[in-house]
Amino acid sequence: MKPSRVAGIALRQYYLYKGNFARVVPLFAWVAIDMVLWGFMTRYLNSVSSSGYDFVPALLGAVLLWDFFARVMQGVTMGFFEDVWSRNFLNVFATPLSLPEYVSGLVLTSIATSAIGLLVMLLLSSTVFGLSFAAYGVMFVPFVLVLFLFGIALGILSSALVLRLGPAAEWFVWPIPSLLSPFVGVFYPLSTLPEWMQWVARALPPSYVFEGVRTLAAGGEFSGATLGWGLGLAVLDILLAGLCFQWVYRYAVRTGLLARYSAESVT
Amino acid sequence: MTPSPPVLSVQALRKVYGDRAAVDGISFDVGRREIVGLLGPNGAGKSTTINMLLGVLQPSSGTIHIEGVDLASHRVQALERTNFAAVYAPLPGNLTVAQNLRVFGLIYGVKGLTARIEALLEEYDLRRFRDTKCGVLSSGEQTRVSLAKAMLNQPRLLLLDEPTASLDPATAVDIRTRIQAFAAKGDSGVLWTSHNMYEVEAVCDRVLFLARGRVLLQGDPKTLPREHGHASLEELFIAVANEPLALERPPLP
Repeated sequence: MKPSRVAGIALRQYYLYKGNFARVVPLFAWVAIDMVLWGFMTRYLNSVSSSGYDFVPALLGAVLLWDFFARVMQGVTMGFFEDVWSRNFLNVFATPLSLPEYVSGLVLTSIATSAIGLLVMLLLSSTVFGLSFAAYGVMFVPFVLVLFLFGIALGILSSALVLRLGPAAEWFVWPIPSLLSPFVGVFYPLSTLPEWMQWVARALPPSYVFEGVRTLAAGGEFSGATLGWGLGLAVLDILLAGLCFQWVYRYAVRTGLLARYSAESVT
Repeated sequence: MTPSPPVLSVQALRKVYGDRAAVDGISFDVGRREIVGLLGPNGAGKSTTINMLLGVLQPSSGTIHIEGVDLASHRVQALERTNFAAVYAPLPGNLTVAQNLRVFGLIYGVKGLTARIEALLEEYDLRRFRDTKCGVLSSGEQTRVSLAKAMLNQPRLLLLDEPTASLDPATAVDIRTRIQAFAAKGDSGVLWTSHNMYEVEAVCDRVLFLARGRVLLQGDPKTLPREHGHASLEELFIAVANEPLALERPPLP
């Protein structure tokens, strides 16, 4: 892997953000709105609840982590979509660039863009709504790590989907976080779900994170080994997503899909 | 001493879609300082061939060697020696000229990139467009940017797919002159597709006529028409397009 090639892919995305205010604002605007909305929601729930349960770390913390996951995924897919929208595949893939270098460039971009969103969310949630990360302790770092890895995996998988099905398939990608959220229990314990949904949840790394968030927010003990399962699954998902992208890319090179990708839809 | 390999060697190259052969077992070389024209009617297999040479389309069979490096087994090393410009592959319009050159310079691993970009901006008369987004440039200016990108890594094999299409005659002459100068001064070879037979005759050292995925004729563009009983390269082109089977016979004595 040659660092200059990875840097080339990431630099391209940096230039796009640098030159366009309209691209920079969405990096933090929507997550900031989410923090404000859920911040007031948790305040209200705290005021009407007689149980004494603090909704701030359980709900606001969960929304923060879920938004971070969605931003990581979108960081990868947006970089890929830029090449789709500007019909740049021929220019990019007719170079000495390897597939791991290309994907690494997208991941590097995602690290930068999602970090901006995370920073804004941490700032707002802690200063305005008093979210204290002491409630999660050192587990906050592996929580973020698992969601980051799973976000990267889904970003790569989504890019493979659009490469295979054509530019119009990007509309399959945007709702993926919303589609997953009922299964991973962002807002409620997994035990709330019917049995079959719990089975799906066990295969999804974020489920382990949100169970942990709720347990720690309630003052309970959360086993690192349980989160280890989530971490292992996230790493496995990245490997599988990488293999899937490679398979789709090879298919696209074999069938001519890559060379004529600018067509609106491909069957 | 072993002679250096041609910049491009294509052997029995074939691409099949279902039961239709888009490229049907073609073989040819491009030598150093040589400009070879790849000609043929629409659908003859020119772009399919170019796409296989660029590594974005996998051949069904056959081999491609760039400076002796096998493209199938050593893709990175082969494509480090290659670059291209095509009218249907403009650079991203939302980046400036300098930004595009920097991004692709990094991807091609160009040493001394800043100096190389400056030299190309000067050589292709792009200095005043350095900070202009490529999307707002005229066709001729965009072609010059694409050519500057294609020269970034000083490729041994330069592939040009209709580089002067949609350009006015004066700009087309300017582009041709630059490419001829590039081929003349170094150890590189150029494979050029065009539908402008006047241009091909003026620029190419050798031409290959493709029809139905096969090389029907090849030779010097200045003498080839007469060898086959035609007054001009354009007439020969029309004959290839209309009656490819007739031209598979041996040339007139």
